[in-house]
Amino acid sequence: MNIVIKIENLSKQYRLGTVGTGTISHDLNRFWHKVRGKEDPYLKIGEENNDSNKGSSEYIWALKDINFEVKQGEVLGIIGRNGAGKSTLLKILSRTTAPTIGSVKVKGRVASLLEVGTGFHPELSGRENIFLNGAILGMTKQEIKKRFDEIVDFAGVEKYIDTPVKRYSSGMYVRLAFGVAAHLEPEILIVDEVLAVGDAEFQKKALGKMKDVSTNEGRTVLFVSHNMAAIQNLCTRAMMLESGKLLFSGQVNDTITYYLKSAVQREHTALLERKDRIGNGAILFTGFELKNSLNEGVNFFQTGGDFMMNILFNNNVEVIKELKIALGINNYLGDRILHLSNEMTNHVFRNITGKQGIIKITLPKLPLKHGRYAITLFSTVDGNIADWIQDAFYIDVEHGDFYKNGISLSNDQGYFLLEHEFYLTTF
Amino acid sequence: MNNLTTAEKEHWDLVIQPKGGLFNLNLKEVWKYRDLMWLFVRRDFTAQYKQTILGPLWHLIQPVFTTLMFLIVFGKIANIPTDDIKPIFLFYMSGITIWNYFSGCLTATSSTFVTNAGIFGKVYFPRLVVPLSSVFSNMIKFGIQFLLLLMMMIFFSLKGFTMYISITWLIIPLLIVMMAAMGLGLGMIVSSLTTKYRDLNILVGFAIQLLMYATPIAYPLSYLQNKNYASWIAWNPLTPVVEAFRYALFGKGTFTINSLLYSALFIVITLIAGLLLFNKVEKTFMDTV
Repeated sequence: MNIVIKIENLSKQYRLGTVGTGTISHDLNRFWHKVRGKEDPYLKIGEENNDSNKGSSEYIWALKDINFEVKQGEVLGIIGRNGAGKSTLLKILSRTTAPTIGSVKVKGRVASLLEVGTGFHPELSGRENIFLNGAILGMTKQEIKKRFDEIVDFAGVEKYIDTPVKRYSSGMYVRLAFGVAAHLEPEILIVDEVLAVGDAEFQKKALGKMKDVSTNEGRTVLFVSHNMAAIQNLCTRAMMLESGKLLFSGQVNDTITYYLKSAVQREHTALLERKDRIGNGAILFTGFELKNSLNEGVNFFQTGGDFMMNILFNNNVEVIKELKIALGINNYLGDRILHLSNEMTNHVFRNITGKQGIIKITLPKLPLKHGRYAITLFSTVDGNIADWIQDAFYIDVEHGDFYKNGISLSNDQGYFLLEHEFYLTTF
Repeated sequence: MNNLTTAEKEHWDLVIQPKGGLFNLNLKEVWKYRDLMWLFVRRDFTAQYKQTILGPLWHLIQPVFTTLMFLIVFGKIANIPTDDIKPIFLFYMSGITIWNYFSGCLTATSSTFVTNAGIFGKVYFPRLVVPLSSVFSNMIKFGIQFLLLLMMMIFFSLKGFTMYISITWLIIPLLIVMMAAMGLGLGMIVSSLTTKYRDLNILVGFAIQLLMYATPIAYPLSYLQNKNYASWIAWNPLTPVVEAFRYALFGKGTFTINSLLYSALFIVITLIAGLLLFNKVEKTFMDTV
């Protein structure tokens, strides 16, 4: 198949800090080097963009030596943590900024949706804004006229089309904005997480439209998202960026697995060193491991994915007659939302003599929504509290495709996802 | 290496590179986006007067009151002659009308990058579309004010003012283009320089005011004859344009073909410098704005 995007040695350097008098001296120095035909002195220094390395250099490489190609009709998902360089890559591809080194070659018309409703003017009516926004995205007046009814229909705003958009509800506003974008007809579409807006119904509509665009019309789509569910559902290939470098590229599921596994080891105070614990110390929690279903270490879980955790402990007594373990899970507000315990599941451990041990906890099809959760560890040995650590550590849960439909539930719709069925009887 | 050479031969519609050619202005692309330009003009014009009672009438109120103020301060209090243009109301109004066009263009284009950073950061389109649309939306405002001036002339002609209708009227469009080009050129220079250093932006506001006093708006150039700073005012490239504008309308003014040519040359150089600077900055300004 045809290669429609070719990216070679793409790098982008940013200067940190504020623009001030220091900038002008660098600018003058750079200019002076240029006048004498020498290389830019600041290109050599920059550091790789890594949060942990709060380095001395004022310059960082937001992207460094990126090389890849995209074939026609591919839907390429780009994932990575915050600051991995995804947005910078999109900015360069959509020509809102130029690379420092390297090049991007493209065949066909490109449209980028880094945001919906760019250039919408609150005082103008829906009709005027459709034309304005369409033109900003690169459509001619004729093209917009041709698709005007379709756009209005897609957005469902017929009644309000001559009302200023500042009177629209936020849902109507987003639908109208996405409607314009969805009716662009570029050969290559670059999409940032615009799907993170709107209600679930709208998300489904938007995802459906994107799928349509790629599969039925053979367009090429580059899609950046934190939403693994959407990536799994839409993309034919995925790649992962980390610290400005292309770390992995391949099948969607392989990339997501790699992403979940590879992130840098999270910071945590060693459990053994925690002072804020309660109990007689008959056992002491020493650590934890997060695992996927293949028993590989991971750094976070996915909604709807397998949840497996090992809790490590030291035994400080001869024989433990009866060991009860409980995990309390709090959400970011500090509300206890879940309590897991071996007493409840009738799995109280008995007659333990080993000096060290691992407790394995599994939970199939994790029902927690994406977010950060605090885990409280609690244990009793022979009926007395042995070790109890509030908020012993945190786990992160990423978006996942719980219902296998590519939609993630919006944040205000409860805390859990559960399997359920609907039945209809009519009479 | 072999792959590289075959790839080189392939045709690519778009190549994104660190730097484009200095003279690669891409005017063809600007033309492709002409619809957008007109929509920006419409937006500027309609959005400004939504939820106002007087609407576009504000375009008329402002020059009328400025004219009256000039008439009182410069005409009555300071008693500065007006090249025998009578009534002097027309003298001031003509100067203010053409000056407003220049200052409107300059103010609007000089903040192009800073005020449009939101859009520019999200979507690509030829950035030149924005300052050009400012020039055109200001031209509409100028058109309205110029019509008002003509109506005033007709009104005064009923009261004894003799309309001066001659072939000189034909140079008015040229003068308007010169004012637009000057405003655009200067505005583009300022907007390009302010993406990184905002100092100039602060300067622009009062520089325009100062420049107005260095241009024969509130006084005729002839009034300065035999004064030692007259040559300074005469070297102001806007001076011949304003004087020629009054000459075209009333048959009175101090300018020569040479001074007008000097203005034109100055304006062309400014415009080219503005275009080149703008073109150089537009690709990476998002990193520093």
